[in-house]
Amino acid sequence: MDSKLQKLNKFIDGLDTKEGALITTLHHAQELFGYIPEDVQNHIAHALNVPSSKVYGVVTFYSFFSTKPKGKYKISVCMGTACFVRGAAEVLETFKQELGIDVGGVTEDMQFSLDSIRCMGACGLAPVISVNGKVFGRVKPEDVRSIVQKCKTEGISSGGQGW
Amino acid sequence: MVKINSFKELKEHKSRLSEHKPAEWRIFTCAGTGCAASDSIFLAENFRKIIAEKNLQDRIQVIPTGCFGFCEKGPIVNIFPDDTFYVKVSPDDADDIVNQHILNGQVVDRLLYIDPQTGEKHAQQHNIGFYQNQMRVALRNCGKINPEQIDDYISHDGYFALGKALFEMSPEAVIEEVKKSGLRGRGGGGFPTGVKWEATRKSESDKKYIVCNADEGDPGAFMDRSLMEGDPHAVIEAMAIAGHAIGADEGLVYIRAEYPLAVHRLKTAISQAFSYGMLGNNIMGSGFNFKVRMSLGAGAFVCGEETSLMNSVQGERGEPRVKPPFPAQHGIWNQPTNINNVETYANIPQIILKGADWFSSIGTEKSKGTKVFALAGKINNVGLAEVPMGTPLRDVIFGIGGGIRDGKKLKAVQTGGPSGGCIPADELDLPIDYENLQSIGSMMGSGGMIVMDETDCMVDVAKFYLEFTVGESCGKCTPCRIGNLRLHELLEKISNGHGTMDDLKSLRELGEVIRDTSLCGLGQTSPNPVLSTMNYFGDEYEAHVKERRCPAGKCTSLLRYQISPEKCTGCTVCAKNCPVPCIEGERKVTHRIIQEKCIKCGVCYSKCPFGAISKV
Ligand SMILES: Cc1cc2nc3c(=O)[nH]c(=O)nc-3n(C[C@H](O)[C@H](O)[C@H](O)COP(=O)(O)O)c2cc1C
Ligand code: SF4
Ligand code: SF4
Ligand code: FES
Repeated sequence: MDSKLQKLNKFIDGLDTKEGALITTLHHAQELFGYIPEDVQNHIAHALNVPSSKVYGVVTFYSFFSTKPKGKYKISVCMGTACFVRGAAEVLETFKQELGIDVGGVTEDMQFSLDSIRCMGACGLAPVISVNGKVFGRVKPEDVRSIVQKCKTEGISSGGQGW
Repeated sequence: MVKINSFKELKEHKSRLSEHKPAEWRIFTCAGTGCAASDSIFLAENFRKIIAEKNLQDRIQVIPTGCFGFCEKGPIVNIFPDDTFYVKVSPDDADDIVNQHILNGQVVDRLLYIDPQTGEKHAQQHNIGFYQNQMRVALRNCGKINPEQIDDYISHDGYFALGKALFEMSPEAVIEEVKKSGLRGRGGGGFPTGVKWEATRKSESDKKYIVCNADEGDPGAFMDRSLMEGDPHAVIEAMAIAGHAIGADEGLVYIRAEYPLAVHRLKTAISQAFSYGMLGNNIMGSGFNFKVRMSLGAGAFVCGEETSLMNSVQGERGEPRVKPPFPAQHGIWNQPTNINNVETYANIPQIILKGADWFSSIGTEKSKGTKVFALAGKINNVGLAEVPMGTPLRDVIFGIGGGIRDGKKLKAVQTGGPSGGCIPADELDLPIDYENLQSIGSMMGSGGMIVMDETDCMVDVAKFYLEFTVGESCGKCTPCRIGNLRLHELLEKISNGHGTMDDLKSLRELGEVIRDTSLCGLGQTSPNPVLSTMNYFGDEYEAHVKERRCPAGKCTSLLRYQISPEKCTGCTVCAKNCPVPCIEGERKVTHRIIQEKCIKCGVCYSKCPFGAISKV
């Protein structure tokens, strides 16, 4: 069996109780797989003894969970109010242009995905974006190209954050 | 690690800690989310490295703390014993601080705060305008202790309130004290906390829950995050006190997944509290059992609403329940549940230690104590400000906040997030309390305060909030699910210059229907941003409709950037900076914007050295 699935099984076996553990398990699954595809959803449904429809219902209710794979570089633009009034919409628009994808999309070569999120609590640095969890503050539209370029040439290591 | 078996042992432990002579020099570095994003973690590492190289470990101690609140100027470093306050410190500055300041006794001048209005330099925190007029009750330990060390908390009287409650007060007496203090919920509703505790205590059941709402959904607000990052034990202690008062043996912190650092700090604190015996069975030998665990959110705003939160904790979709029954009767797994906000809890230990009379001496007649606000937007000093209730808004914005950025004019202050409203500049002298904010069509909310200037369009702001609500509506009831979508469509139409006067009427009517007929607080308050901006900035809406014009120059459909051939020298600066790019032109020849491709980011407008680009 897939080693990631094995890890997931081990996590589920270690739960105190399966009752009410669906969201915790989904968090764990997303950490392991990067997203939660249908077969993993079915696997969780089976392991927790709940209907697949319920798993699907919960996965799609919460924006933190994704049913599609993300890019190697996961770009999140904060669209919280503090960032919005300091020009986040213009930054987001520029990323869309630069990458040629919409919010929620992934580039064809799977290198970049673009998401908008609601406040990461670094409002003092607004507008804020993150790439694989590494936070960039006070971003301007004209910085967008160099951030994308940096990913392509040097890469960006994870900031260890969940976004 | 010590296990503490009685209140006496806790007191002894504290006095043992105070016998420990602190290092001669102490360097406090901010390790909150904001400063960490500006590399404050590397800064602390650099300090440690330099200190180790010079073998100064015995003389200098580095203490990572929670947020100092002055996020605008972060990363912050505070040096003791001489209490020097450094701002915007980069990892490379560690060298100068150790060599020049600590070893040579010379303050590093270039890292001191300069008051933008007077030009004066300040070396001490209490002389900085941002900290004057603040009163720190909930934030008392933030920036003062290492949040990952329970001993630091105990040194500051940590867990003494729990000891006092368990050994010197009956549950009823604790509830009476909280009632008498006048403390009201800081999560938005402002419900009297003691009354809620009493109701939950009176619900008969073998099992009850104490919940801390740490979902902090209002985007742009970060009070609860800073509290949990800077003083997590205060929240845990308060939950245990609530458990004693209400008769619950289990606590649960529901925290948003977007706050990984706060999650980490709380997790650390909970495990330390267990090993010290501040949580677990027979706490301090009192016979009282209480445990706390965490439950992670997953990015749904509606889960901040208390009944949705309870469904989410149970692993379900976070859809609200019909009230009544209230959580005090039927909460998590249908058991009586007391739910309070992070900041509400953070006030509890102080109320128990210093007494209800002390607390109720702060604030206004109906709103007691202090409130933490997260200042953000077009304000000079972005950060956290804690002020007594009743402080005029003007003091917060212009005193603590240092006024509006870039010399612009204040237009409005938004409080209460997606549930709140915009306060126009001429209401600035209003003393802040629950009732006052409501009377002018906004609300206290959780404490987010977004400052807007003349370049912000109120239609655009209302549209922004509606877009948020539409995305976050759980869909359970029709007025909210469909109504908000329609509101958003109408606003879109108006901001595109296609609105009619009838649309303005429909906005208001529809808003009122949604407010009156939605199931939960999300829908009931979602029209507020529209209704309040219409009330105070009606002429701005009319300009969009009648003149097809956005007075603030924000709504992109009504806006075009143009290059004036008379002023353009063909310097190519605009073309180089345009992120699309969509500016054509040879060097020394007039440039031209290809309008179809322009995303209206305004970069060219701000970059042109000759002022050749105009908004039309
Ligand atoms: C849509 C919606 C979102 C809410 N979000 C939060 C939140 O993020 N944090 C919070 O403490 N309360 C939030 N509340 C208020 C809670 O329902 C509840 O009143 C509060 O947690 C009670 O605690 P308090 O009495 O200490 O304020 C929200 C309410 C609504 C209707
Ligand atoms: S008002 Fe909105 S969020 Fe609340 S129950 Fe109805 S649809 Fe859901
Ligand atoms: S507004 Fe932005 S996209 Fe449009 S021409 Fe200027 S720089 Fe380019
Ligand atoms: S609004 Fe963007 S980080 Fe808070």
